[in-house]
Amino acid sequence: MIFVVGIGGILGAITRFLLSKWISSKVTTTFPIGTWIINITGSFILVEVFALHLNENIPAWLWLFFGVGFLGAYTTFSTFGYETVHLIEKKDFGKAILYVLLSVLISVGFAWIGILLSGV
Amino acid sequence: MNIIAVGIGGFFGAVLRYCMGQWIPVHNGFPLPTLIINLLGCLFLGWFFTITLQKIKISPTLRLCIGTGFTGSFTTFSTFSVETVILIKNNQIEMAILYVLLSVVGGIALAFSGIGLARINRSDKVKGKIAK
Repeated sequence: MIFVVGIGGILGAITRFLLSKWISSKVTTTFPIGTWIINITGSFILVEVFALHLNENIPAWLWLFFGVGFLGAYTTFSTFGYETVHLIEKKDFGKAILYVLLSVLISVGFAWIGILLSGV
Repeated sequence: MNIIAVGIGGFFGAVLRYCMGQWIPVHNGFPLPTLIINLLGCLFLGWFFTITLQKIKISPTLRLCIGTGFTGSFTTFSTFSVETVILIKNNQIEMAILYVLLSVVGGIALAFSGIGLARINRSDKVKGKIAK
């Protein structure tokens, strides 16, 4: 089962890497929009997958592969922390506060909508 | 090559997160495993990204493997969001607020500490060289 989590982790990390590279090539802002989009979308999808797992609509291995492995690795907290500190060190306090608030409120908000949609 | 490096790091990061999640106990529904994982990851990434930029020379590919791949996958934002919503749903509002504050304020403070730790090391070594 550990192996299944690891394979999901490989794909999740690569998706995050490619997506954030692609997003940052499209925008010029110093706001960490790549990680932001990744964490929000991942939070929303995870809550849906978690609902399926809770209701036993998907096999245990699929939860471990996609929920724990892929989505866990696709989203990241450490990069979020590092990017926030980077903004603070550049004295870009407005962007730092906006990044933290928009990350937490929208991710948790999306997860909340996900819970309501799934009817858990 | 970079993609493979990120993938290898991602494998070990996700596996270590899963294993630590099994070892660390959950008390009264408080998501202690994810909190510890995310805080450790913030401390390490701040230290690692700073020390490899300023002091220890490693290849950009290895930096991606350990920083973006391993540490990025070890920590998780989606589990943090879902756990927060579950606490709210279970009417454990105070615990949800505590979890969010400890994660966010703690994570940023530890990322700062990691960066500071990497810089202190550097200046000590420079002083040591001057003393010699």
